[in-house]
Order: sequence, then structure tokens, then C-alpha cells
Amino acid sequence: MPVTDYDIVIGLEAHAHLLTRTKMFCSCRTTFGAEANSQTCPVCIGMPGVLPVINRKALMLALRSAVAFKCEIPATMRFDRKNYYYPDLPKNYQISQNYTPLGVKGFVEIETSKGRKKIGLDNIHLEEDAGKLLHPEGSGAVYSQVDLNRAGTPLLEIVTRPDMSDLDEVEAYMETLRRTLEALEISDCKMQEGSLRFEASVSLKPLGAAELGNRVEVKNLNSVRAVLNALAYEIDRQAAALDARERIDRETRLWNEELSRTERMRSKEEAQDYRYFPEPDLGPIVVLDEWLQEISASLQELPNERKWRFEDEYALPSYDAGVLTQKRAIADYFEAAVAAGRAEVSDPARLAKVVSNWVMGQVLKELNDRKVEITDFPVTPERLAGLVTLIESGKISNTIAQQLLPIMIETGEDAGRIAEQRGMLQVSDTAEIEKLMDEVLAANPKPVADYRSGKKAVFGFLVGQAMRQTKGKANPQVVAEILTKKLEN
Amino acid sequence: MDAATVEYVARLSRVDLSRQELELFSGQLSDILDYIAQLNTLDTTGVEPLAQAVEVVNALREDNPADSLTVEDAVANAPEHVGRFYRVPAVLE
Repeated sequence: MPVTDYDIVIGLEAHAHLLTRTKMFCSCRTTFGAEANSQTCPVCIGMPGVLPVINRKALMLALRSAVAFKCEIPATMRFDRKNYYYPDLPKNYQISQNYTPLGVKGFVEIETSKGRKKIGLDNIHLEEDAGKLLHPEGSGAVYSQVDLNRAGTPLLEIVTRPDMSDLDEVEAYMETLRRTLEALEISDCKMQEGSLRFEASVSLKPLGAAELGNRVEVKNLNSVRAVLNALAYEIDRQAAALDARERIDRETRLWNEELSRTERMRSKEEAQDYRYFPEPDLGPIVVLDEWLQEISASLQELPNERKWRFEDEYALPSYDAGVLTQKRAIADYFEAAVAAGRAEVSDPARLAKVVSNWVMGQVLKELNDRKVEITDFPVTPERLAGLVTLIESGKISNTIAQQLLPIMIETGEDAGRIAEQRGMLQVSDTAEIEKLMDEVLAANPKPVADYRSGKKAVFGFLVGQAMRQTKGKANPQVVAEILTKKLEN
Repeated sequence: MDAATVEYVARLSRVDLSRQELELFSGQLSDILDYIAQLNTLDTTGVEPLAQAVEVVNALREDNPADSLTVEDAVANAPEHVGRFYRVPAVLE
């Protein structure tokens, strides 16, 4: 049977480093790229007799994510020990939340070509990261090296329900989660630095079958691309196995990037037994109403929600809304410019689209070329609105507007003032244009004669000459009208 | 508690036990569990499980960095180290 004869069921686990200066249970720094083992203390390297203390900022950021994703938050929560042995885990247990996760039953709303969909969250919880293992290059290395700088870094785990049914949804989920955590300043989500990581689980069942197949967990996914490639491979592998009436084992597999395949993880062949129990060194957290009120009050619109509002409120195409809401500061800039232009431009949808074109085009290009953040851009939203107003009222042409923007950036002046001072205002005065057109016709006797003898194709050439004569300031429509009138006579 | 359970727990705890020790500890652990099991005769209906003897609620610290150990001090207690790193047997997966 082809893959299309199976229902695909995918769930994702995300691990995100929280944007704190210090670790989850001690005051060591969490600076990425610091020299090996320079950010550790007796607490995070598991010395006996130490006392962990919860980082308030980490707790608040985690609660912020739970509120943002509409989770139910327990009134009281605790931490638990997850016991296992691995050389990157100095305490031989990870402090996590197993019995009372910080949030349950929320959702992340995504958008694909098939529309919007809510991906349910099983839970969000707070835990600590492990250290890093390094394997010295060269064949026959008999040892590994451990750097414990990362051990104890505050880690948010976000576990979805098995709600995704194709790779488009998986990609949209990862992108939405990243954008949201970034926008809410919960995590910097740098996958290349490991501050956002994913693990996937996938199972197949014949179309419409009620019972889920055995799920396979896939680890060692270091990029969005790796997640998608590994899942595509795993879906094909499972479909082929089911076709051959083979059993799919419930197991953990590792993505082998080099060979583009998943491989059984030997160390996980035996069922894990983590022997969770409540962490005796940490007291309970009673979630205060004032915390949640403060979080709700400071919580801005989620990026996706803002995108959808842009589509509704400004009648923007989905593409525009997506580009504009990619970064919060860009979206803020766009909204401020539209608001500033409202008084002058009567058609709100047209205003929004013209401003959108400018922001997505010239403004982003200038920011990129000049390596400037939009918050430091000399052309304020009000100034951009001024420029757009000049175009919409016919006082300058689009071509002139393109020339104006760089001057606005250099001088910090507003568009109207520059256009006036430099004589860039569009000439719509018919008498003046008529005079200029007479000059153009006089200077080009041959094309004029050609036109009059029926070679209408030279019209474009004459318009070009006319625009050059007026240095682009003449209203092109008026030019074409007058030129036609004069040539036809 | 049978020898198989003790063997499983020993493996989870990375403790090597001989045949004789497995037998010996099965008996001893059973005795301990039976002793503790007397608590099960108490009626605990409506009593919340207790995780800490001293309940300090919302003990939080601010996100302010403090000095860490020097690398020399950090690795000093490790059985083996190479330069700035702890050294452990090769980990393949």
C-alpha cells in the first residue's frame, strides 16, 4: 500500500532554554560558548549536601509560556527527580516536573495551506538541562570528555498531543512555536546553539483504523530540516514494514544525518525506569494570582494571532501579513504608519496595502543594506505615512518616491519638505506640461511623423522622452493624455 | 522481594552483586519492606502525601549571577580529567 493508505500520527517534544542569566537551581551563568567547565558550582555538578533554589525568572518565563498557550495551571506544583545514569548528568537524576507539570491541556494554533489548526499540548513543564559530551576526533578514542557548563540550565519542555498528521503541520508547528517563544522573549530559540531542540514520535495506522500503531521516538534531530527528513524516512520505513505485515516495535531511534536514516538506539532497548519521586530538596510552588495577573497584563498578542488580525483588520493578503508579523518591531512599525496615514488617505484597505508594499520592499531592503534595526530607522512610521500620502494624493510619482526614501534616511527630513526643496513635486499643471510636450514634439520630428503615418509603436518612445524632459516629475497619466491629444491633432 | 527484583534494582543502581549477596539482600530487603509496611495499617484517608518534612513555600532566588568554581577546583574531585574536561569511558550513543 502507498503511504497515502495510512493515517500518520505525529507528536513533538520541544526543549527550549529559557532566557535567564543564571541556571535553574544555582547562580552560575548560562552564557553560551564559555570555556569548558567555567560555569559550574557544587549545586550543578552534584556535590553532596548542596541545596538547589528555584530561579524566579525561569519560573515566571515558564508560567508565561503556559499562559500564552492557554494551559490550565495547577494551584500548587512541585518538582520531581527523574533518575537515570549518563555521564552528562552529574547528580544521576534530573530535576523535572512529572506529577504536577506547570501547564496542561493548552494548544498552539498553526496555519498551513489547508487552513488553521489547533495542535493540543499534553503538558508544559520546567526542568534542567544536562551537560555536554564531546568525543575527541580520531579513530579508537577510548574516552569521551564532559563539559558541565550546560548542566542545570533552565529548560522548558513542551509536549504536544499526537495531533499532527503530515509534515506541513510539523513544520508549521515548529515555526509557530519558535516565533512565539522568541516574540514573548521566553527563549532565543537558536537551534544551532541547542537552545531549541525537538524530538518526534510517529506511528502509522491504516486509514480510518481506530487503534493507533506502536509509536517510534526519533532523537538526534539538530535542525528543522533534520526533523522533517527523519520523519519522512520513518513514515516510509513504517509503511513498508506494515505492508510486509511486519510488526513495528515501540522503540527509540536515532537520526543518522550522514546516512539519512533512522537507526535503533541500543541503549534504549530495555524499557526505561526513571523511578520518579518528589524532589525532597525543593518546597512546593503555590502559584500566586498576582503572578498570573502580571503575566496576562504584559502578554502581547501572539505572532500568529497578529498575522490573522492583519488579514482581517487591514484586508492584507496572507503573504503580506506573514512577512509583516515576522518581527514584532516591524509589525509595530507597519501599524503606526497606517495609523498615521489614516487622516490623509480615505481608502483604508488601499492605504494598508501601499504601506505594506513599502515596508516589505524598500524599508526592509534599506534596513538590510544599512544593517539598522527598524527601531533606529530615521524614517519614522509617521514619515513613511507622509511619503505614502504624497504618492496617494498624486503629488509625487512612485519613481520619485523611490528616490526620496534614501534622501529621507540621509537627512532625517520629511518627504514633503525634501520634495518641495528639491523641486521633486509632481507637475500635474496641464499648462506647464503642455509647454514641455511642445518642446518634446519639436525636438523629435521623425518619431512624430512616424506616429502620424500610423506607426503607433513610437508612442512609448515619446512618453519616455517626455518623462525625461520633466525629470520624472510629471504625472505620467497627464503626460500620456496630453501627448495623445497633440499627436492626434 | 525475590532475587530477580533485587537484581533489577541493583542494575538500575549500577551495583554489582554476587549470587550470595542477591540471596542475602532479598531476605534483608523483604524484612525492611515488611517493617515499613506496618504503616499501611493506618487509615490515611484524606491525608495529602508528604514530600517534605518542612514545607517552605515559594522559596525563590533572583536571577543574579554569582562566581562559579575555578576549572581546577571543579575537576579536582573527578576520578579522571583531561585539561578542562572530565574524562569518562567512551560514550557511543
